[in-house]
Amino acid sequence: MPFQLTPERDKHADELFTRYPTKRAVCIPLLHLCQEQNGWVSDDVIEYVATRLGLSTAQVKGVVTFYTMFHQRPVAPNVVWVCRTLSCEIRGGKTIQEHLEKRLGCHAGETSADGKFSLRKAECLAGCGQAPMLQLNDELYENLTLAEVDRIIDAVAAKTPTQAAPAASHAAAAKE
Amino acid sequence: MSTIDTTCLLTDRYALADSFTYAVAEKAGAYATARKVLTGMQPDAIKAEVKAANIRGRGGAGFPAGVKWGFLPPPDPNKPVYLVINADEGEPGTFKDRTIMEKDPHRLLEGCIIAMRAIGAHTTYIYVRGELVTSIKRLEQGIRDLRAKGVLGKRPFGIDHAMDIHVHPGGGAYICGEETSLLNSLEGYRGEPRLKPPFPAVSGAFGMPTIVNNVETIASVPDILKLGGAAWSALSRLPNDGGTRLYGVSGHVKNPHVFEGPVGLTLREMIDLCGGMLDASRPLKGVIPGGSSTPVLRPDDLVHAPDAAHPLHAWHGKSHLDVPMGVDTMRNLGTMLGTCCAIVMDSSVNMVEAARNLMRFYHHESCGQCTPCREGTGWLAEICDRIADGHATEADVELLVDVSNNMMGNTICALADGTAMPMLAFVRKFRGEFLAAAREGGVKNGRLDQAVVPLLGGRAA
Repeated sequence: MPFQLTPERDKHADELFTRYPTKRAVCIPLLHLCQEQNGWVSDDVIEYVATRLGLSTAQVKGVVTFYTMFHQRPVAPNVVWVCRTLSCEIRGGKTIQEHLEKRLGCHAGETSADGKFSLRKAECLAGCGQAPMLQLNDELYENLTLAEVDRIIDAVAAKTPTQAAPAASHAAAAKE
Repeated sequence: MSTIDTTCLLTDRYALADSFTYAVAEKAGAYATARKVLTGMQPDAIKAEVKAANIRGRGGAGFPAGVKWGFLPPPDPNKPVYLVINADEGEPGTFKDRTIMEKDPHRLLEGCIIAMRAIGAHTTYIYVRGELVTSIKRLEQGIRDLRAKGVLGKRPFGIDHAMDIHVHPGGGAYICGEETSLLNSLEGYRGEPRLKPPFPAVSGAFGMPTIVNNVETIASVPDILKLGGAAWSALSRLPNDGGTRLYGVSGHVKNPHVFEGPVGLTLREMIDLCGGMLDASRPLKGVIPGGSSTPVLRPDDLVHAPDAAHPLHAWHGKSHLDVPMGVDTMRNLGTMLGTCCAIVMDSSVNMVEAARNLMRFYHHESCGQCTPCREGTGWLAEICDRIADGHATEADVELLVDVSNNMMGNTICALADGTAMPMLAFVRKFRGEFLAAAREGGVKNGRLDQAVVPLLGGRAA
């Protein structure tokens, strides 16, 4: 079935078009809105955005592939980005990531065995003074310790229903 | 050492409870200056104050903001002027603009209102890094509140100058902090930088005259108008580089954080203000003064300026860390002020590994448009890997220099230069470490975080 925004998001999208002198400028905000609903930017989403903006799918795909925030394959309901750039790295970024890999049972670029978390390495997330830090969904968590990481993961895992076997996305995501 | 004056202007509302809300900010003085300026000053007078303030752009390039505003062509009813705020904070080591957007978004919004009046713009786009969700939410709430109060709308403070502000989320790309790449991204394209000229002031967002300013630059505008340009400028310790600014320190200090101070603090003062080094047993080894694109400095390098006419003569014989941080002083030192957010590295850091970490970053973030950058960043990362992993010869160290020199000045934007300059500085200032790694079969302990693992409550794997 073709992708459609929910009525509420659709209204938000209409409002986005009033902000800019061109339709195309809505591209990135609209992609964010679609990904928020769909979890990732599927071919159906690209088709939808292209139609709505009067662009070709190739033009939209060109935008999607340029930016790291758009998931080009399905991801777990929770995405953990661990900052690995210098300021974090010298304050423990690698240790945080290794702990998460052990804890979630997957490497960076993969999805955890229970399907609840996708683990990613991130470049600088503007939290250098509060290193080490990570981003989990929309929240930045800073001044991390391993105990703090466990507490954060426990809290989010408890709120996330167990996911269907993620095997397909598991292998595909590892290639990213 | 004289006491360090940490005047709070820009940050004077940071500590208030719910400082990000309209009610709290307004009660603490927000929009009083905007009201006075909009109802009592003509645009040219506002521009004159900003010029007199000598404010150097806070995004990294250090261009005088007042001069930039002067580049706009004469008003043309068919060519709306746009104000675009660069809030794509992503330079490694830099975390200052986020504090403004999260703790005092109304200072930025007030700055936008005054700036729009000055440059004749009716619309502002604040391009915020997509990852900074809290910043985006607080700015959007602030804008909604301003619309409800009529501060944004057809007649702000009763004057005939319609104004609106929109937040535009980015998609996650370091290069979009480059102003023309940001404009392409704002227009819904891939964030690839544009050739200049034309400069944005002539043909920017949507082909219209556009002023692109950093968050902190515009957030300083209310204080400049409140104090008067000359008085604000005089807060600085340096000439031609006025006011107070945000300083950030990350890395191996006791209390890494962002704070405000007069322009011209030294790196040593910055480290002192952050509680000194993290561990007294591990001395300072190097400091990256203003974001990862600025060449690293060594505490044991001394200023050599015996000639009285040399701009750094006053600091002849002193450590590089005792030179005041200013756009011009840092340039004369062979580095850059950048974003004024320093990364402090102690003796536990292997500089080959540090360089490798940054080269990976630039390789990841090169937009791929220009060959010297796309290929050069990749090769620098690969050669650093080879040296660190023990598959290199001493000639590879020279190859780092050669590749860097072939990147500089050969690309559309400054990302290639911002990669090559720090690479060259790492090799020049820590050559022994690079040669040793090449000769002795790699870096023995490649972990950059070995020394801090106990602080995290765990042991390295």
